[in-house]
Amino acid sequence: MGEDYIFECQNISKYFGGSKALKNVEFHLKPGEIHALLGENGAGKSTLMKIIVGLYKPDTGTMKLEGKPYRANDPYDAMRHGISMIHQELNIEPHLSVAESIFLNREDTVGPFLNPKKTNERAQKVLDQFDFHVSPTTLMEKLTIAQAQMVEIIRAVSCDAKIVIMDEPTSSLDSNETERLFATIRQLKQQGVSVIYISHRMEEIFEICDTISIFRDGQYIGTKPLAETNKNELVSMMVGHEVLNIFPKVDCEIGQTVFKVEGLCGKGFTDISFEVHAGEILGFSGLVGSGRSETMRAIFGLDPLESGHLYLNGEEIRIREPQKAIDLGIAMVNEDRKLFGLCLNRSVKENISLPNLRARQKGLFIQSKRELRECTEMAEKLHVKTASMDAEAYSLSGGNQQKVVLAKWMMTNPKVLILDEPTRGVDVGAKAEIHMLMCQLAAQGLAIILISSELPEVLGMSDRILIYHEGRIINSVMREQVLSGEADQMSVLNNMFGNV
Amino acid sequence: MNQTKMKDRQFLGMTRETFFKKYGIIFILLLMVGIMLVVSPTFRTYNNVLSIMQSVAVNGCLALGMVFVITAGGIDLSIGSQLALTSVVIGCAFAANAPIPVAIIASIAMCTAFGFINGLLVSRLKLFPFVVTLATQLVIRGAAYIISDGKASSITNKSFRTIGMGKVGDVIPVCIFIFLGLAVIAFILLHCTKFGRFVYAVGGNINAAIASGIKVKWVQTFTYAWMGACAGVAGIILTSRINAAQPNIGSGYETDAIAACVIGGTSFAGGISTIPGTIIGIIIIGVIYNGMNLLQVNSYYQMALKGILIILSVVLDNYLNKRRG
Repeated sequence: MGEDYIFECQNISKYFGGSKALKNVEFHLKPGEIHALLGENGAGKSTLMKIIVGLYKPDTGTMKLEGKPYRANDPYDAMRHGISMIHQELNIEPHLSVAESIFLNREDTVGPFLNPKKTNERAQKVLDQFDFHVSPTTLMEKLTIAQAQMVEIIRAVSCDAKIVIMDEPTSSLDSNETERLFATIRQLKQQGVSVIYISHRMEEIFEICDTISIFRDGQYIGTKPLAETNKNELVSMMVGHEVLNIFPKVDCEIGQTVFKVEGLCGKGFTDISFEVHAGEILGFSGLVGSGRSETMRAIFGLDPLESGHLYLNGEEIRIREPQKAIDLGIAMVNEDRKLFGLCLNRSVKENISLPNLRARQKGLFIQSKRELRECTEMAEKLHVKTASMDAEAYSLSGGNQQKVVLAKWMMTNPKVLILDEPTRGVDVGAKAEIHMLMCQLAAQGLAIILISSELPEVLGMSDRILIYHEGRIINSVMREQVLSGEADQMSVLNNMFGNV
Repeated sequence: MNQTKMKDRQFLGMTRETFFKKYGIIFILLLMVGIMLVVSPTFRTYNNVLSIMQSVAVNGCLALGMVFVITAGGIDLSIGSQLALTSVVIGCAFAANAPIPVAIIASIAMCTAFGFINGLLVSRLKLFPFVVTLATQLVIRGAAYIISDGKASSITNKSFRTIGMGKVGDVIPVCIFIFLGLAVIAFILLHCTKFGRFVYAVGGNINAAIASGIKVKWVQTFTYAWMGACAGVAGIILTSRINAAQPNIGSGYETDAIAACVIGGTSFAGGISTIPGTIIGIIIIGVIYNGMNLLQVNSYYQMALKGILIILSVVLDNYLNKRRG
């Protein structure tokens, strides 16, 4: 039985600090199959892949490659065993040529010197093999993302990979490029290479894959041949039996206009006007880079505003730096919590009290007891799970880190709360909690601006949705239209691509 | 009942676990002292302890400044030159018959000003701290030579010697009190004020600090200004001890200050450090130098050993960090 598989792992567990990322997971891969991994964010797919290529060490469990015990010390080691991974973010050296990239670390040499001519010839040969028309001497920085990805794939395969792992390979490709990628994947399959394919896009999985393994909350749920399953079954396996209501939108009374902007222009957005009322959740939808986040960053004083007017409770305000926005009662949860949200090596307490330390200061000194008490209260209110308030932020799970970011901004007693991707990389449970909190805050009269790339979230949580396309608001959708079915994911998506 | 529990858990304002994580280095110090007590009878003599204290005072003041700069994600290589500048400024002040307080204030102000300039260059022009202070070290050293015309001069004011050589009650050197005073100020500044919290935030994640409304540029600038002030204090003690205004003193002092911070648990990645840890780091360096002298280690070997020691402490720090992660 075991002989049928090119790769298998059993009982793999992995802990990060106190939290379990993988729990007795198993995974089996046949030669020449395209095997999809499906699961929500934080389900453990990426962790398992990182264990396979040696980026993480498993805490328990065994792996076998072609029936022999296998363990990689690092990705290079994995590559020598014939396992390569193509990461979601491509690792491109912009100054290398295509040939140099493909044969990085495996250059042809004459004695101690490089032999670029021979490397280029070799590269040309593999490029031809994949029918990929790019000169081996082209610099990587001249390529499109899709082309660079092809180079990565060719590199992976050219060192006799038996298994290629692709993590969300289509996330930055358009549909033509995706088709080309699929053609390449099928070609790999014909050559007997196994592909592990991680994607959130169900359509793609049904188009390209043979087998699907489902993960949930760090656990292996099951494996199904594509022919014997359907979308609904997969979704219910992903979500589990207890389907949480993750969009518990409670309608509350919408009051007066709290915050209003008129004719905002800046880098990445033009002529933006909107207003948000007390108790309202105003959703912003649009493709990444369409100007949603850019607008909010400029409003909050992180980027310069070229023109336009801001009004808070009817009075015109000017915000040149974030401190001013905070003083006025505007809070902003940034889209990337690791980059803009938290000081990961500082304690939960310090992170929470950071934006409003002034309020806990007496004379020159921070009132440490009061600080601890108030931060603890806020953390408890948001159900932050942490060993102590002195624990460093990195020791918390993604969901709890995000709650710390929320707690930190709640401490500033905002009137307007801007949430940019508040549930990115957060597990289902925490997601539901954060949504619940948003409703509570709205009920208390806060004006909430919600930016999200997840359409179900925007549709499920917003009283009103503004849709961005190329830096402008091109449409708005009311909650009633969503509830009546007049507007749905398809129609909003169409708007996002500029079709009104 | 509840209160005793609090007392049990909280030690110097932290849980016992965090205490060991932060100050575990103290056991290395105790071990070293223990070994020295056994192998060298001279180690425990009053004169020897005195000499350790005097060397710790100068290096210590520098490290107390450096820890702010490194914590905020920077580095200052110009402090050796700042020592020379202090020395020269004091010489000039006394040559002009200025009283001691004026000489002290003038020299500290001068160094603070140069620190401030370092800070502005780093924060406003977004230059690399390493490059900025590598260059300003030449500027400051040059300024010291220009002011003094390249000449060393002895200091005529007799009572100024008290700062570096005097003893309180004929037992404890005055300079150690200056160092301790500065340490208390540094502790309060870093651990009990908003400024200190901002220093940690800027070093921990500068983008998050900006997004939290912190005026990051000012925080960075003030860490360098504070470094300058500390260098001024160190320079005063040093000048008093050598009893001369010399434009060529102080080279290599930045290494010891940086090493003390690193040994004391300051992370070069920024955002991690403590004042008590830094003080322990300083004392460890003092004991190592002293120990090597007492054991008659050749001074060339001493230098090499010092380097090896810094690397070992960083490796240890890395290891501890990895285990935590």
